[in-house]
Amino acid sequence: MAVAGGLVEEPAEPAIQRLHPIRTHLGRSIVVLTAGLVVAGLTAVALKRFYDSLGVVGTALTVWAVGLALLAATVAVVLAACGAMAVARSVQSGRLIPEDRVAARAAGAAATDWTWYVAGLSVTALVVAFLAFFLSANDGAVRHQYLDWDAIQEFLPSLWKGLWLNIKVFVVAEFLVLIWGLILALARIFPGKAGRPVRFLAVAYIDVFRGFPAIITIYLVVLGFQAGQVPPFTELQGETKLFWLCTTALVLVYGAYVAEVYRAGIQSIHWSQTAAARSLGLSYAQTMRYVVTPQAVRRIIPPLLNDFIGLQKDTALLSVVGLLEVLNRARLTSNRLFNLSPNLAAGVAFVVITIPLARLTDWLVARQARARAGG
Amino acid sequence: MAFLELDGVRKRFGENQVLHGVDLEVDEHEVVCLIGPSGCGKSTLLRCINALEEIDGGTIRIDGEQASGRGVDLDGLRQDVGIVFQAFNLFPHMTVLANVTLAPRKVLRLSRKAAADRAHALLARIGLDEKADDYPDRLSGGQQQRVAIVRALAMQPRLLLLDEITSALDPELVSEVLNIVRELANEGMTMLLATHEMSFAREVSSKVCFLDAGVICEEGPPEQIFGDPQNDRTRTFLKRIIEAGRL
Repeated sequence: MAVAGGLVEEPAEPAIQRLHPIRTHLGRSIVVLTAGLVVAGLTAVALKRFYDSLGVVGTALTVWAVGLALLAATVAVVLAACGAMAVARSVQSGRLIPEDRVAARAAGAAATDWTWYVAGLSVTALVVAFLAFFLSANDGAVRHQYLDWDAIQEFLPSLWKGLWLNIKVFVVAEFLVLIWGLILALARIFPGKAGRPVRFLAVAYIDVFRGFPAIITIYLVVLGFQAGQVPPFTELQGETKLFWLCTTALVLVYGAYVAEVYRAGIQSIHWSQTAAARSLGLSYAQTMRYVVTPQAVRRIIPPLLNDFIGLQKDTALLSVVGLLEVLNRARLTSNRLFNLSPNLAAGVAFVVITIPLARLTDWLVARQARARAGG
Repeated sequence: MAFLELDGVRKRFGENQVLHGVDLEVDEHEVVCLIGPSGCGKSTLLRCINALEEIDGGTIRIDGEQASGRGVDLDGLRQDVGIVFQAFNLFPHMTVLANVTLAPRKVLRLSRKAAADRAHALLARIGLDEKADDYPDRLSGGQQQRVAIVRALAMQPRLLLLDEITSALDPELVSEVLNIVRELANEGMTMLLATHEMSFAREVSSKVCFLDAGVICEEGPPEQIFGDPQNDRTRTFLKRIIEAGRL
């Protein structure tokens, strides 16, 4: 029994006995159904415009016509069907209210789910419609600039050669960055008063190379080292020399980024780990080597891979110093053909080589999250 | 001369003076318990003895040898003084065996084989040898803490510091850890332990020190401290412990 003025108080009306209103989401469902139909119409018009701008003839035209008509029809059917499901479930929910409140609530919830399907698919269809309008502008002139299959075909052999060079540069650079970044990070957190100059040096390096636009570093290192005949690069010849200069420039830049990633990782290891290691008689260096860094490395793999994706893309910057990598080759072909399609192809190539790394990063993050959740 | 001698040890964290001049002696083969309210400086004191914290004043001597201040061989000192923490602090990326053998191999330069033999013998003693190849997260809290004790013992320390080693354990796991400490006490290990397990302190210790606000208010044999405390603050503290049903 509740005591007057005590800690336990009884509510006037227990919440569980109050009748919550049931939402059937009818209004929302009708709006979404209408919007879906409008989007379907818009998409059909856009695809028709695209088809008109194609200007292809013969059997190819029929293939395009059939394909685009099918696409438009699919969009219309899917959007209409999902919208209709939303309305149907909503109506069902309203009908169920007097008989079965739980089933009515469930049907209402299902109606909302269907409206979200329609919303998501509609936005997708709008993107397709926009691209179709955009590419068909000026009788297909825009499409011709970006998606000229002949130009792309002509560029392909050169693309593979260039891309292979990008891959070589970033694989070597990533390997070196792993080492250089760790050295910088350890210098950055060097302990004690006496470590101050070392720390200062590391901070200065990281500040400069992170702040410097990568393209300027590349200019200064690659062109400057060549003109100034900086050893040991003078020993190398031609392409090999250019390759190593370019790789060095990227390592200098990304070493600074990766050093900060390492540092964050090392500092995220709780000091109690260091305390435990030191209490056993391990030296600072041994503690770093056997206890802190191995744990930090596991933790920083996702942000590290993120920086590597940046590095992979930034190999394209090396085109400014004349490395015959994929972007440089694309530009040469584009200039010759007065067509941008090779550039788009080069961009797609970059996306394709970064996707595996991006998915790997996602997977590792998810795995870590599971591990933390106590898997 | 006592094995461990603390003389006017002071420690401050910024504005917060945690230890106000602690004097303490621990003889060889003696088990000394530090009791006192949370925040009274028990853990800090243990961490200072092991030089995980630098002291701001006073001296610490171990076996007559200066063990505080500049010019102390910290890594050498810590080989002689083991510590076990409240939160176990096992290395999560290493198996139980690797946890126990790391320091003997890297610090004492034992061969992999010799270190593993020693570790297996110790693990067998606490009944956890079959867990040697498991990672710490596969072990219960009590098992982890037992491994942490063995990890400290593998360095064959002459003094063992135990910092509230059962405070993070579920009640039913406390006894398996305390049993090991009891065994160590019977075998003559010199120990200084901070604890909230009053009945255990009463049972194993040769001396109990009540620490409050950074000073040792009262020390004496357990029968005296628990049975007939002289200091007001000790009395208040023990009264609260009894009210909580912990004594």
